[in-house]
Amino acid sequence: MLADKDRIFTNLYGFQPWGLEHAMKRGDWAGTKELLARGQDTIIQQVKDSGLRGRGGAGFSTGTKWSFMPKESKDGRPSFLVVNADESEPGSCKDREIIRHDPHKLIEGALIAGYAMRARAAYIYIRGEYIREAEVLFAAVEEAYAKGFIGKNACGSGYDFDVFVHRGGGAYICGEETAMIESLEGKKGQPRLKPPFPAGAGLYGCPTTVNNVESIAVVPTILRRGPEWFAGFGRPNNLGTKLFQISGHVNKPCVVEDAMSVPFRELIETHCGGIRGGWDNLLAVIPGGSSVPLVPAHQIIDAPMDFDGLRDLKSGLGTAAVIVMDKSTDIVRAIARLSYFYKHESCGQCTPCREGTGWMWRVMERLVTGDAEPSEIDLLLEVTTQVEGHTICALGDAAAWPIQGLIRHFRPEIEARIAKRRGFAVVPELPQAAE
Amino acid sequence: MSDFTDFKWSDANAVEAERIIGRYPKGRENSAIMPLLWLAQYQVAAQTGVAWLPLPVIEFVAAQIGMPKIRALEVATFYTMYNLKPVGRFHVQVCGTTPCMLRGSDDVLRACADKGLKKGEVTNDGLFTLTEVECLGACANAPMVQVNDDNYEDLTYETMTAILDDLIAGRTPKAGSQIGRTASCPEGGPTSLKEIA
Repeated sequence: MLADKDRIFTNLYGFQPWGLEHAMKRGDWAGTKELLARGQDTIIQQVKDSGLRGRGGAGFSTGTKWSFMPKESKDGRPSFLVVNADESEPGSCKDREIIRHDPHKLIEGALIAGYAMRARAAYIYIRGEYIREAEVLFAAVEEAYAKGFIGKNACGSGYDFDVFVHRGGGAYICGEETAMIESLEGKKGQPRLKPPFPAGAGLYGCPTTVNNVESIAVVPTILRRGPEWFAGFGRPNNLGTKLFQISGHVNKPCVVEDAMSVPFRELIETHCGGIRGGWDNLLAVIPGGSSVPLVPAHQIIDAPMDFDGLRDLKSGLGTAAVIVMDKSTDIVRAIARLSYFYKHESCGQCTPCREGTGWMWRVMERLVTGDAEPSEIDLLLEVTTQVEGHTICALGDAAAWPIQGLIRHFRPEIEARIAKRRGFAVVPELPQAAE
Repeated sequence: MSDFTDFKWSDANAVEAERIIGRYPKGRENSAIMPLLWLAQYQVAAQTGVAWLPLPVIEFVAAQIGMPKIRALEVATFYTMYNLKPVGRFHVQVCGTTPCMLRGSDDVLRACADKGLKKGEVTNDGLFTLTEVECLGACANAPMVQVNDDNYEDLTYETMTAILDDLIAGRTPKAGSQIGRTASCPEGGPTSLKEIA
């Protein structure tokens, strides 16, 4: 298990107050001026060296992403950092804990990241439903301004940098980076076609980088303790510490920071008091938030919880939102509910997604009760591939993958329901060969 | 004030509106539409007891930043948290997405139904509107409900019933976990950060 001395989020549960005075006792804003004095290129290189991969789900190298930003403005356009705090992926609840209990880590990280990418200001886009969390964040930003940590001559560095908070209004799609930019510009949150990529033309047509809250909030600690410290956790290419969010059928659901690549069994045994009803009662796990395919119990139990380990299981780490399902779960209904989620959250811009999410949900609802033709399973699978990859953003993919995962691993369950509904006896399992 | 055509900011909110607009670059005032709509919805709630955005209020906000009315209406209709119809004094938003479903959001919805709340409807006394919402981002504390500005987490049929009883009786239920744990710390005490706790 990760030792307490190696935890970045030391106030994860809010046992201490979030305010500036206490944050500084926990080490935030200590020597920020000196960190900035290392210079932009050094900071970017150190973040690259730490192996930090984006914590919002895609897992792209954070330092590399920053390096795409222009080093100087040839036409006078400023650059912007947008912090994605629109945490809406079912299962995800980590950014909330950072914002309400450790907001100064995020604000300090925004300053350092913004400086490194030569941005003029950061906009933190927080989801509308995080009402109390937004209150904390607004207040924390005020505190940082009052101390001169941000604003003109931030931390006495000679660099001017503003941090603004922007509240969303309840739209999952705004977690997609270009939808977030549209929303910040005062429009409906409908994703843009890429290219141009935000690093070329993002917010107000200016170079913009969008980073997840956790990616930004870990940066000050990485720089203070050194990239090699952060890179000392996890497997190669999957380095660092990570906030895991475990929900569903474990004895003690929680959010916890642990080392990347921690085996699933160890994660659950150490922090969650085990699976409800014991390990034999585990049915399946959605390891990275609703968008990634489920993994059946026997495949995940000893799997490392990281980007590559879960990709090898045809799933993904996503935001490390681990949704655990025991054998009492109606697995078809659990996935059908996700299909409803995507139908509800489709922005309506691309036809395959707008029409497809509704269509897939309606078929999924019939599969829950078994009121379907057996051939519709293959038809549904076919339709998921028609949606996947045929939309501007990844919401279409996200709607398709959970269904594909369900059919891949639980097809007999779906078939049995259809057979039962039609009054046929369930096909018995073949008897074991005689000893 | 009945038809909201004479809506204008309260003195405090007029100042706040200018502060909000100041967060965005000159010429980019449209960016302020979302926070201004929020401000307006809060003001309507403070003045009438019901948090919603009547059309004249949306038009007022659009006019302030020189935005075409239809663009403002697009925004107000796109985002689910702007209420385009009056809601009850307490907007009971039960999360029904899979992580909450797995932990018993059906029981939470049943507790609401047993108190006479119906999805998408305002109760006759004007006290409650029930909405089944999509993931509210408190999955480690599932199942949960958001009532106006506060979350109630780790719910059961019984605790949800108690919360509704409190609201009916004019009491303020304690927000957060209903089983007494701290935020998303494992029940029974932390497995990490024990010294800080």
